[in-house]
Amino acid sequence: MSVPKANEQAGTPRARLAQVVNQHIVEIVSDSGEGAQTCGQMFGTISAKMGNGVWTVEIIPAEIEPPFRSRAGASGNRIRVGKGVVTNMGDQADLVVAFNEQVLYSRIDVDAIARGAHILLESKWKDDRSEDIREAYAAALADFESRGFIVHEVPMETECLKVVSDARRGKNMWILGALSAIYERDVSLIDAELERKFKRKGQKVIDSNVNLVRAGYDWADANIDLRYRIPVAPTNVPTVVMNGNTAVGLGVMAAGMELCSMYPITPATSASHYLAGSFSKVGGVVHQAEDEIAAIGFALGASYAGKTPVTITSGPGLALKTEFIGFAVMAELPIVIVDVQRGGPSTGLPTRVEQGDLLAALFAAPGDAPKIVMAPATIEECFHFMVTARKLAESFRGPVLVLTDANLATGQQNFPRPEVREEWIAPPIDQSAWDRDVRPYDWDGATGLSERPVPGQKGGNFVLTGLAHDENSRVAYESAINQHSMEARSRKLAALRKTLKTPDVYGDDTGDLLVVGWGSTLGAIEEAVDRLREEGRRVSSLHLRFLSPFEPGLREIFSRFKKVMTVEINYSDDPSFGDARRLAQLAWLLRSETLVDVDCWSQVPGTPLAPGIIADVVRSRLSENGSAAAAGAR
Amino acid sequence: MYELKQDWMPPERPQSYCLEDYEGGAPRWCPGCGDLAVLSALQRYVRDQQLPPEKIVVVSGIGCSSRLPHYVKAYGFHGLHGRALPVACGVRSRRPDLHLFVATGDGDCCAIGTAHWIHAIRYNMNMTVMLLDNNIYGLTKMQSSPTTGKGHYSNTHPGGAPLSAINPLLTTLSITNASFVAQTADWNPPHLYATLAAAHAHKGLSFVRVLQRCPHFMAGYFDELQKDPSLVRLLTHENGIAVDPAVQKAFPNRVEHDPGDLAGAMKFAGDRETHPIGLLYRNDQAESYDTFMASGLGTPANVKVAAIERELDRFTI
Ligand code: SF4
Repeated sequence: MSVPKANEQAGTPRARLAQVVNQHIVEIVSDSGEGAQTCGQMFGTISAKMGNGVWTVEIIPAEIEPPFRSRAGASGNRIRVGKGVVTNMGDQADLVVAFNEQVLYSRIDVDAIARGAHILLESKWKDDRSEDIREAYAAALADFESRGFIVHEVPMETECLKVVSDARRGKNMWILGALSAIYERDVSLIDAELERKFKRKGQKVIDSNVNLVRAGYDWADANIDLRYRIPVAPTNVPTVVMNGNTAVGLGVMAAGMELCSMYPITPATSASHYLAGSFSKVGGVVHQAEDEIAAIGFALGASYAGKTPVTITSGPGLALKTEFIGFAVMAELPIVIVDVQRGGPSTGLPTRVEQGDLLAALFAAPGDAPKIVMAPATIEECFHFMVTARKLAESFRGPVLVLTDANLATGQQNFPRPEVREEWIAPPIDQSAWDRDVRPYDWDGATGLSERPVPGQKGGNFVLTGLAHDENSRVAYESAINQHSMEARSRKLAALRKTLKTPDVYGDDTGDLLVVGWGSTLGAIEEAVDRLREEGRRVSSLHLRFLSPFEPGLREIFSRFKKVMTVEINYSDDPSFGDARRLAQLAWLLRSETLVDVDCWSQVPGTPLAPGIIADVVRSRLSENGSAAAAGAR
Repeated sequence: MYELKQDWMPPERPQSYCLEDYEGGAPRWCPGCGDLAVLSALQRYVRDQQLPPEKIVVVSGIGCSSRLPHYVKAYGFHGLHGRALPVACGVRSRRPDLHLFVATGDGDCCAIGTAHWIHAIRYNMNMTVMLLDNNIYGLTKMQSSPTTGKGHYSNTHPGGAPLSAINPLLTTLSITNASFVAQTADWNPPHLYATLAAAHAHKGLSFVRVLQRCPHFMAGYFDELQKDPSLVRLLTHENGIAVDPAVQKAFPNRVEHDPGDLAGAMKFAGDRETHPIGLLYRNDQAESYDTFMASGLGTPANVKVAAIERELDRFTI
């Protein structure tokens, strides 16, 4: 079958004048299973390929098997496309495609759509056989218009049926074509994507999808009077686009780790899926253990045998792993533990974002178990932090926890292609004879560091134990030995901290308020700060990558601001609770670290934070600051 | 005296190890504890085999028996309660070159570690697992274990254990991929030694249950077996564990049992009247997870970098 070339049809210049916008937010929502996720991700990828910055967020149904046409069933994707780098999901959507009107309500309910937004709505429901559906559709249409949305009724199904026999399975590609017309996307790039995606399914499937895209493009070109042009900021660095879990997986390979031992848990699992498909190319293996405890135990066995492993999990899995994490601290076994945080407590919100595991990461272990905890703030950092984490785990001989979250895990972003270096990859296990004068825990007085013998090394024999032990790994109950060994393990954090640099303040070095964040909120916080500074407010922000130990100099930075507050995605009480107030997790830690009366604002909406809401909160806290509440600052 | 065959000679090695080379810290078990017999059999066996100490890893969990690695001068991993098997599997996963022994107890393996036990059998990775089963928790001072017999007194069940014990042999035999299941007793060192030897020689996971005396908390528990030899059934076969005349004399109730016969193995294991001693089951054809785990070992760094570059190409725009 011959497929028309892009430039014969789709790429021809049109008479309509496109509106130039610096960024736009598009959402595609459907009942689950209708392919809106795929459509959104491909739209994001194509946009990135054209040189735009993108950030995509999955819209996840509230129920596993939601009933058809229900608010609980909205599934899809939000794609924010911009001129330069896009760092977060933004505020409200500018254009929404809805496969039925009911799923759209779930987005209206959470205020995700801007007044004045354009809505492309499947119109087949107005002629449905069921009177209830016809009435619901008509009522919704009137309601949408009264809310200020501009609705475009689109006969998606009818048009798709002209090309394929099963419209339900083709609508997403048809819509991808329609969006490509509206946003002037180069459809030849879509062809290449389709080719890649459906290669295994054969040419017929590729052709049918290509035809759907073309049909959607042509229909929209002829019938929809909307054109947006999002300029591109030219860049000559090679760029990649992927989500955070893939970045973690690739980072694991680039770090030279060879074993990923895991137990399936949302939203961490897709990182191991990625590895399962690609790890063998670097000689690595994914072990799916019988449970979370076995997963980390298996990893620690490999670590003892000289191969630094990774285990990837989420909150409930982290809870199960804590006994072994404490063990790894005590026995000083290198391991990288990735915790893709999700909503809690307990099984909480399995598919949704939260930053609720920070204190658990630091403290959830039997006894006082000092360990390194890091949090990447971007998808790019998800990659690079794996390399750093492995290096730190081996140099400091212990567990390194890396906290990402569902926002990073499933969001897609473009970033400069990493330059992989051979020195990141592990050297083979050293099996040369052990120097008998060196003890298995020959703790350096200043740094707490020691060298570790690995099985196979002649003369290095020792018995690793989770019991209190001396430098020879001899089980020891003497109080002085316990004090000394605890000191050695703790000192490692102080030694690491000395090597870290003071974090940079975003904005001016002094001001009225400093917003402190960690993890995936970076983009939203900095965008909020930009807006506030444009309004003339003296607001800056600081983003922490190391949570244990903290980067140095925080107290001094805080002293240059009238007020310091954290912004986080975990629960905290409102300031009106006074002394009874429970604080957000980073605020809690920063207070003990700096003795500054750090304020906080946090929320657990199950979605990433939008810059608009952060800016609103800061405005209101600043105005409180002008009043008697100023007493609460510093 | 413990060699399998009289005419067997150890191959010549550049260095020869003596028993002392395998002696770790002084054992701190109670006098008469069956664990001592296991330790000594293991040390003698590795000495006779001249296994380099640096190539031996002994992994354990928590409990009296799990102290065993501390007393062997080799590499040891004294881990967490119930978690010896996942650790051992992890060690094995990337190190086919090491000799791996696991010491676990009935609480460790059959209570808190049950899931790991079942799956380790299924993974069938090359290692020798010794279940030192004394039918009681010793380290924490006499609580019922899953193998404590019904009605037996313990601190958690002063009125007698309310339920029947689980049968570790039957359980193991019933798990897919079981490849070596044997039982021996601490009070018969030659049989214990021969069992460890056969277990170590077997490729795959060898599960050896040792009936282990705890004179401290289960004094006299196995006396009956020692006094009345008819209660023990010695399994022999040309494919089984070699027995010398002394063993035969100690266990005169002897039956031929082909270890390839799983149904027969289950019959002996499930017999409520007698205890089998010997090799119940062996399947050299059982699949092993080792093959899967060891794939790609030793891939050179430059090959890895090239592969990662190709992966990055897939995401490059
Ligand atoms: S309590 Fe029992 S098992 Fe533990 S060391 Fe003493 S005799 Fe051995």
